[in-house]
Amino acid sequence: MQPHVPCPLSTGKSKEAEIKRINKELANIRSKFKGDKALDGYSKKKYVCKLLFIFLLGHDIDFGHMEAVNLLSSNKYTEKQIGYLFISVLVNSNSELIRLINNAIKNDLASRNPTFMCLALHCIANVGSREMGEAFAADIPRILVAGDSMDSVKQSAALCLLRLYKASPDLVPMGEWTARVVHLLNDQHMGVVTAAVSLITCLCKKNPDDFKTCISLAVSRLSRIVSSASTDLQDYTYYFVPAPWLSVKLLRLLQCYPPPEDAAVKGRLVECLETVLNKAQEPPKSKKVQHSNAKNAILFETISLIIHYDSEPNLLVRACNQLGQFLQHRETNLRYLALESMCTLASSEFSHEAVKTHIDTVINALKTERDVSVRQRAADLLYAMCDRSNAKQIVSEMLRYLETADYAIREEIVLKVAILAEKYAVDYSWYVDTILNLIRIAGDYVSEEVWYRVLQIVTNRDDVQGYAAKTVFEALQAPACHENMVKVGGYILGEFGNLIAGDPRSSPPVQFSLLHSKFHLCSVATRALLLSTYIKFINLFPETKATIQGVLRAGSQLRNADVELQQRAVEYLTLSSVASTDVLATVLEEMPPFPERESSILAKLKRKKGPGAASALDDSRRDTSNNDINGGVEPTPSTVSTPSPSADLLGLRAAPPPAAPPVPVGGNLLVDVFSDGPTAQPSLGPTPEEAFLSPGPEDIGPPIPEADDLLNKFVCKNSGVLFENQLLQIGVKSEFRQNLGRMYLFYGNKTSVQFQSFSPTVVHPGDLQTHLAVQTKRVAAQVDGGAQVQQVLNIECLRDFLTPPLLSVRFRYGGTAQSLTLKLPVTINKFFQPTEMAAQDFFQRWKQLSLPLQEAQKIFKANHPMDAEVTKAKLLGFGSALLDNVDPNPENFVGAGIIQTKALQVGCLLRLEPNAQAQMYRLTLRTSKEPVSRHLCELLAQQF
Amino acid sequence: MQFMLLFSRQGKLRLQKWYVPLSDKEKKKITRELVQTVLARKPKMCSFLEWRDLKIVYKRYASLYFCCAIEDQDNELITLEIIHRYVELLDKYFGSVCELDIIFNFEKAYFILDEFLLGGEVQETSKKNVLKAIEQADLLQEVSYLGS
Repeated sequence: MQPHVPCPLSTGKSKEAEIKRINKELANIRSKFKGDKALDGYSKKKYVCKLLFIFLLGHDIDFGHMEAVNLLSSNKYTEKQIGYLFISVLVNSNSELIRLINNAIKNDLASRNPTFMCLALHCIANVGSREMGEAFAADIPRILVAGDSMDSVKQSAALCLLRLYKASPDLVPMGEWTARVVHLLNDQHMGVVTAAVSLITCLCKKNPDDFKTCISLAVSRLSRIVSSASTDLQDYTYYFVPAPWLSVKLLRLLQCYPPPEDAAVKGRLVECLETVLNKAQEPPKSKKVQHSNAKNAILFETISLIIHYDSEPNLLVRACNQLGQFLQHRETNLRYLALESMCTLASSEFSHEAVKTHIDTVINALKTERDVSVRQRAADLLYAMCDRSNAKQIVSEMLRYLETADYAIREEIVLKVAILAEKYAVDYSWYVDTILNLIRIAGDYVSEEVWYRVLQIVTNRDDVQGYAAKTVFEALQAPACHENMVKVGGYILGEFGNLIAGDPRSSPPVQFSLLHSKFHLCSVATRALLLSTYIKFINLFPETKATIQGVLRAGSQLRNADVELQQRAVEYLTLSSVASTDVLATVLEEMPPFPERESSILAKLKRKKGPGAASALDDSRRDTSNNDINGGVEPTPSTVSTPSPSADLLGLRAAPPPAAPPVPVGGNLLVDVFSDGPTAQPSLGPTPEEAFLSPGPEDIGPPIPEADDLLNKFVCKNSGVLFENQLLQIGVKSEFRQNLGRMYLFYGNKTSVQFQSFSPTVVHPGDLQTHLAVQTKRVAAQVDGGAQVQQVLNIECLRDFLTPPLLSVRFRYGGTAQSLTLKLPVTINKFFQPTEMAAQDFFQRWKQLSLPLQEAQKIFKANHPMDAEVTKAKLLGFGSALLDNVDPNPENFVGAGIIQTKALQVGCLLRLEPNAQAQMYRLTLRTSKEPVSRHLCELLAQQF
Repeated sequence: MQFMLLFSRQGKLRLQKWYVPLSDKEKKKITRELVQTVLARKPKMCSFLEWRDLKIVYKRYASLYFCCAIEDQDNELITLEIIHRYVELLDKYFGSVCELDIIFNFEKAYFILDEFLLGGEVQETSKKNVLKAIEQADLLQEVSYLGS
């Protein structure tokens, strides 16, 4: 035991006692460091070590750094070592100190003493800061490939360089050393190879073309390991498995590339993969779990590579069978991994069918596994293997599971069921039943997205409306039904209650009293929704008018403490008594079909699952191909009244457009209906999201219908008139630099009367706030007739963002409240910084961004005359640099730029190919971030 | 690998190694959250779990939990064996290692880990080579004591 280590644990009975002891100790150390007597190396080491110990116990340490740095230059190994450990654990970005530390490291790197060199390399790798990168990134490659470096130094240098490269790739110069690094794969020392593969893998990911030679080297190394006997590799054999870590790393490296082009290399590799699969069938050489883990680690990595290649049907099916065996293995870990790995196999067209044969085992796992994380994997796999042939079975199993599922995963299961039910619905009555079942079983976990979606689908498909009305009517008869059921029921009966009104058991008065019996138990939002249903009833069923007016007139409504409810009651009551039947019928017309877009449910699942998003996309890819293979499973016929084919209900295949422009509604909709104001609405056509969720007093209405067009006008320019009507003109002028912007808004009162309570505010919908910071200055609350006021906005782009902030303007004009919501003309391209580059660089970067998701492309008809000069001006206005002499076709436009945000920079390349004959354009965007590519592509496509 | 934590059954952190830059506050938060999550799991449960966008691989040895956070693409089983090999290294160096060895010789536990894993990647898997490096360092230590 070390004599210098304090032992607070043995005495520290309570937290307080420990803190007291530690404070005493810290005071003691501080006095030693500050004392008159210079400490010798040994004492310094002792106290630095104590500080470290105290820090590791979880206490803050704010001194001792200088003493630790002093230890670095000690010539006694043990003192140096503790100094390095302290620095590694307690880095301080104090630049003064970093300079001193770097100095000591530099000396040790130059010392030619391998032990000291390794210590210094470990320290750089542990800290990995940019400052260290700046100081050493150029030296380490030299150490790595130098002929006289010791093996242990090479190993440390490789991984040290990897850490620096990951932190700041720009600091590591590529060059002559890179070719030599690849040849480390041939090194005699297995440890050197093991360390080097990690570095090479990382370099390959960033520059695949430059490192292609590593493929054949990796294959031959792998082949030698796989075919070696279990004792050949001596100390690199682990529980009878030859070099498992190195094998896994080599298989990972190969996953950076498509299958080898060279037939001989490919043949050798396939042989390796087969050998691994064969070995899995052999009896184990040891009963130890370490043996089976190491062996299976290689097996799973092999399967990952097979899935990555997705080109060898034979191997894919073998992999699937192997995983199938693991599904019933007694080791929980293996069952978990098999379920996880099969999920990816399910998305390959070659193995999808093979995966499906395991459905019963997986369903059984969902029911019987004792570990929730394993059950979750089973649910994921069921979701992944679902297609039209087994959807009913899988959905019903998931619904059954939901009744007992862990609370933590209920919401996710609900989303999955909702997506599958929609995606594979052949008849929509099944879909409606499924969603209502979801609400019945797990109403609390059915998010808005799910029940909005069922309303959208019912509204868009007239073949299911009658059934939906009948079903919700029955569901509402349950004595206790979930509030979400009341919402869905209220909405559907308000729209389609007439379809079941013929049956005396569901006559209008019965429908009304059924709904109204739930009214008092519901939240404000639901009650607001029901009030809208009631006014719709007055239109649908004139015979209910007197009863409903009675309800609206009741003091509990008209004088309701809640502003929203009160306003709805007052306005609906007036509407029902003032308006003629015709007006009423127009205002309360049935909802028009919703514009199709990406299912908000799917979007939500992607948000929840993060990495799972990719699999959802894979899923769609697989689904397309699957349909083709099966000779095209007949998609549900779309009815004439619905604009989109049902196959695309999820909007999976189309690039998801930005949220469709919502129809304006809100508290003051009736003011608009009855005034001649410019924003008057012809029909009460709310989207369910907007209308029925009463906005609180602080909420703002949705943007005006023209908001998107107005926004589009400003994508390529920064000043102009943003909005104008008879009362108000809003002008805008803005400038952007890097990730910052300043915007001036000018509000002009066009009338001769003063605007009162004038308040323009900027609102960040959703989580935009974390992406974009907009700071506004207040403006005067009165704007005189004919006067103009100016508002300054400071804008900072924190991360990439897709939706613009909203500008809400409210004021009173002649006693009437006016409100208006616009989209603020701040789009992601405003933070573009043009980048000039040569053709060669452009193509190199273009190739680097070759993942399918990094590219977004649109082919579209020209909306304006095709003029090269105008196009140029627009592209420059969009923010990118225009690069000449890059595209071989001079008609085409090529641009490059970097989007600057506080958190990150996104490099963007674009290419616009006009086709004058066809009056079409093709626009291609490549950026390092998938949503950015898509968004920029959409923004820009609307400009031509 | 993004980080490795060793903690006791009582939730006391015994060793922490971070391979990605994080603030102290964030590190404390992660540690608290993970210690809680892992300690709540029952013995027969599987050794892997999803956590944020990472995968957690953990294993219990006597009174100590070894817990690694790896990325989506990383191999769970081989990580489990990284833990085991580290335990073997500690065991060989200390001679049937126990929690107290790691408490009182924490610096050795860190040095051994640095020889085995660097920057979150396996550097040297041979038990002999790792221990040789540590023993050489110990020898230097002895020499310098004699010298002083």
